[in-house]
Amino acid sequence: MMIEALLAVALVGALVTFVAPNRIAGKLAFAISLVPAALSLWMFAAFDGSGNALLDGTLAFESQVEWIDLGSYTISWFVGLDGISLPLVVLTTILTSLAIMSSWTPIDNRESQFYGLILFIEANLIGVFAALDFFLWFIFWEAVLIPMYLLIGIWGGPRRKYAAIKFFVYTNVASLLMFGAFIALVLGLGDGVTSFALPEVANAMLNGGPDGLFGLEGTTLASVVFVAMFLGFAVKVPVVPFHTWLPDAHVEAPTPASVLLAGVLLKMGTYALLRFNFTMFPDQVETYAVPIAAIAVISVIYGAMLALAQTDLKRIVAYSSVSSMGYVILGLVAYTQFGIGGATFQMVSHGLISGLMFMAVGVIYNATHTRLVTDMSGMADRMPVAVGILVAGAFGYMGLPLMSGFAAEYFIFFGAFGAGFDYAPLFTALAMFGIVLVAGYLLFALQRAVFGPYRLETDYEVSRAPLHDIAPMFVLLGIIIALGVAPDLIFEMITDAVDPILENGGEL
Amino acid sequence: MAVFELPGWTALAPALILAVTGLVLFVFDSISPNSTNRSLLAGTAAGGALVSLAVAVWFTFAGVGTPTVDGGLGEISILGGQLVVDQLALYFMIVVAIVTALITVASYDYLVDHTYQAEYYSLIILAATGMSLMAAANSLVTIFIALELASLPSYALVAILKDNRGSVEAGLKYFLIGALSSAIFVYGISLVYGATGHLQLENIAAVISGGDVDGYGGLLGLGILMLIGGFAFKTASVPFHFWAPEAYEGAPAPVSAFLSSASKAAGFVIAFRVFTTAFPLGETTALIGVEWTHAFIILAIVTMTVGNFAAATQDNVKRMLAYSSIGHAGYALIGLAGLTADGGEFVMGAAMMHLLVYGFMNTGAFLFVGLAERWEVGRTFEDYNGLSTQAPVACAAMAVFLFSLAGIPPFGGFFSKFFLFMGAIEASAETTAMLAVAAALVVNSALSLYYYSRLVKALWIEEPSTTRDRLAQPTGLYAAIIVAAVMTVVILPGFGPVVDTALEAATAIVG
Repeated sequence: MMIEALLAVALVGALVTFVAPNRIAGKLAFAISLVPAALSLWMFAAFDGSGNALLDGTLAFESQVEWIDLGSYTISWFVGLDGISLPLVVLTTILTSLAIMSSWTPIDNRESQFYGLILFIEANLIGVFAALDFFLWFIFWEAVLIPMYLLIGIWGGPRRKYAAIKFFVYTNVASLLMFGAFIALVLGLGDGVTSFALPEVANAMLNGGPDGLFGLEGTTLASVVFVAMFLGFAVKVPVVPFHTWLPDAHVEAPTPASVLLAGVLLKMGTYALLRFNFTMFPDQVETYAVPIAAIAVISVIYGAMLALAQTDLKRIVAYSSVSSMGYVILGLVAYTQFGIGGATFQMVSHGLISGLMFMAVGVIYNATHTRLVTDMSGMADRMPVAVGILVAGAFGYMGLPLMSGFAAEYFIFFGAFGAGFDYAPLFTALAMFGIVLVAGYLLFALQRAVFGPYRLETDYEVSRAPLHDIAPMFVLLGIIIALGVAPDLIFEMITDAVDPILENGGEL
Repeated sequence: MAVFELPGWTALAPALILAVTGLVLFVFDSISPNSTNRSLLAGTAAGGALVSLAVAVWFTFAGVGTPTVDGGLGEISILGGQLVVDQLALYFMIVVAIVTALITVASYDYLVDHTYQAEYYSLIILAATGMSLMAAANSLVTIFIALELASLPSYALVAILKDNRGSVEAGLKYFLIGALSSAIFVYGISLVYGATGHLQLENIAAVISGGDVDGYGGLLGLGILMLIGGFAFKTASVPFHFWAPEAYEGAPAPVSAFLSSASKAAGFVIAFRVFTTAFPLGETTALIGVEWTHAFIILAIVTMTVGNFAAATQDNVKRMLAYSSIGHAGYALIGLAGLTADGGEFVMGAAMMHLLVYGFMNTGAFLFVGLAERWEVGRTFEDYNGLSTQAPVACAAMAVFLFSLAGIPPFGGFFSKFFLFMGAIEASAETTAMLAVAAALVVNSALSLYYYSRLVKALWIEEPSTTRDRLAQPTGLYAAIIVAAVMTVVILPGFGPVVDTALEAATAIVG
């Protein structure tokens, strides 16, 4: 019942906040969001699951109730956590609390609606990571779109309307593709499955696969579904060439929405890839490993090069997310313990680091009302703490040892280097070159914006940021360093959940 | 349970309660024709609808109409089988009562300065009585009578804003097209009677199955085609859909809500009953040479496409909702298109669920338009710009309705559309053309998001173009809208029982 409690607190909290007076909405939402955060930390401590949720693992906090009986299929309320989903749930709850605190300064109109939507999004994100029935999962998955669309559309920057509708249309079309593909798969599996429960579908896929549907052979159907689902999720991740909605959405979104968008929403895509494509289709992963690895490497390099060309700090961070997500895909396709484990670790790590970066950029923007690197110089003079954290976050991005980014990238490269597909070492080497580019664009931008003599083209009085802007960043920095020093805090449970996947293909 | 000992006609209680309520309203009006007690009138009407709803729900759970093999009390046949109370009838009585309750509560505020309030409420309740009877009608004669009982008050209701040119014009158009389609429907009945010699649905089926109609197959086929025309009018489907945008736009918003939700559902229940009971697919096909499901396949695809494409081009919110209502008739038609000789209860059950969910989300959407009319903000999308800054709760409810109509999770509309999709896919094993229907459903749903989200965008994201005065928050309208929104959302966790009820009802009638 713990997961239900998390969802209930967030949903009821969203309703209460939505109708609360604007004046207290921010504080109220923060207080409410502490409850799921504390609960999820307790769940983290009390975690007693083992193995993979889809592959006969022991689930923690499981509950399964039959919900709708469709005759030939049943739909259940089926939630539970394993070593892959639990860290992501904790990431979601913590990041939401911090994002709410970081909104106190920049959000100054329609606060109650804003914070209500943030809590609503939190509930759905928890649901995405906890749901183990496809139908239930898809409801949460789609329900994330609506609040994010409104958050960007109402509180966003000058081009918010365009960015919001682009985000909505891109991701919704992708979802429809993926949805259709999965339904076709379930129908193709025939009498082998009687529900939409993911473990049952995974089991049927690994023991025989689909029979065929609409005149397609079983193996062809599996391949078509694999590709369609990959494309559907690829938009969400996003990988090149489906990434164009991301910079628009990020740049226009208000800072707290960016934090959640980069920190958690992008992970929905990679999490779904891991749960569906890379768990249920080991044969197809092997067949399509080279093209997927190529897409991953292109995302890493091209995303980094795009970042290099930007002068808007937020755009730089946004494009660097494309690059970082490329690493995740590379880790997944490696299909080794360190590859997939590292990819999952990177999901958490990137969530923390990109959240930190967006917050830091947001704090600077609050003071200066500009994000253009070319407008700023010597910000370190005026905002030493915020800038210090921005620099620390940048080093996390670059993979400085003892920060979580280093551990994640190390695991991924280690796993990918020994992967079984053709030219794996070459792809890995190319992807590693991305690190150089990351260092290049981040250091270049920092050098121009924060160091040197103070100079700023603005009429605003620039002063130190208030404590409630700084505090969340320190919390994030603390977690980033903790995970860097002791990756086993979560890596152990991640690998425990990853190993069963590799028994069906790949290598341990 | 006490239901056992009661005489059979009491099973019609949901409809009878509505009829009595209508008469009581007349009595109020004749006692004091010159004064208007809004609370009394609206309260009586809403109370009658709620009691009717409660009784219908109670009957459903008590097992009235449930076949005895399933542990129920058996179907109840009244007046020698002219009327029948089974699960299907009770299900649609519930839908009608829900919509009636919502709109009578909302009308309390909408009609603040209206002159003919008693007439308005009694017409609404009488039309609801007709719709409730349509759910139970089991012979072509009772069907026609119930249909007319529902239709005649509706014509007057559309034109009830007597000083409003649009309303009167809409009422006239609605009446003329209604009269035409009634004529076609009656002619269809006479042809079916000529071919089979019976009016009661089971007897028609018995004659068709017995092979006594040889030689009259063409006559029967023509009759069936004309009956389809009558259903198309009542459900606002192609080819008799074109009255809908005019009537819905001109009518007062609660009446539009009533017609597009309850009236449509009632039209569907007679279509479901007539085609599953009177014209068994296999035997009828042997007689007339074509499967009547093919007609519904074509109608479903054309109706949803026409409705959605036309809705996408509208600038007037009410017209957009009217065309979207046509599109949704197309979705519900899948329930008939997907029937097969020996099954199809799932797809029909899905259509029934869609009509129930639609009863909440569409009624709510039209009531929001009623609220906007009361605020006098204007009729186009632009006029709705930025309303959420002034009325966030109502606009949040409207966003729920619109996303649900578009079929976006987690709202009820997603569920019913998903079930329709699954049902269409299931039926495609027998009829390949159902794949095209499933594809049309998906494509149209995706398209519909375009125009529904346009309204969400206007409400929530656009800045208001003009400064408005403080917007009133009329209690009745707000209450109805919020109840509809909550039901659109909680139908999700509650979908298990709804699915069971709908599927059982569909199984009983199809099997």
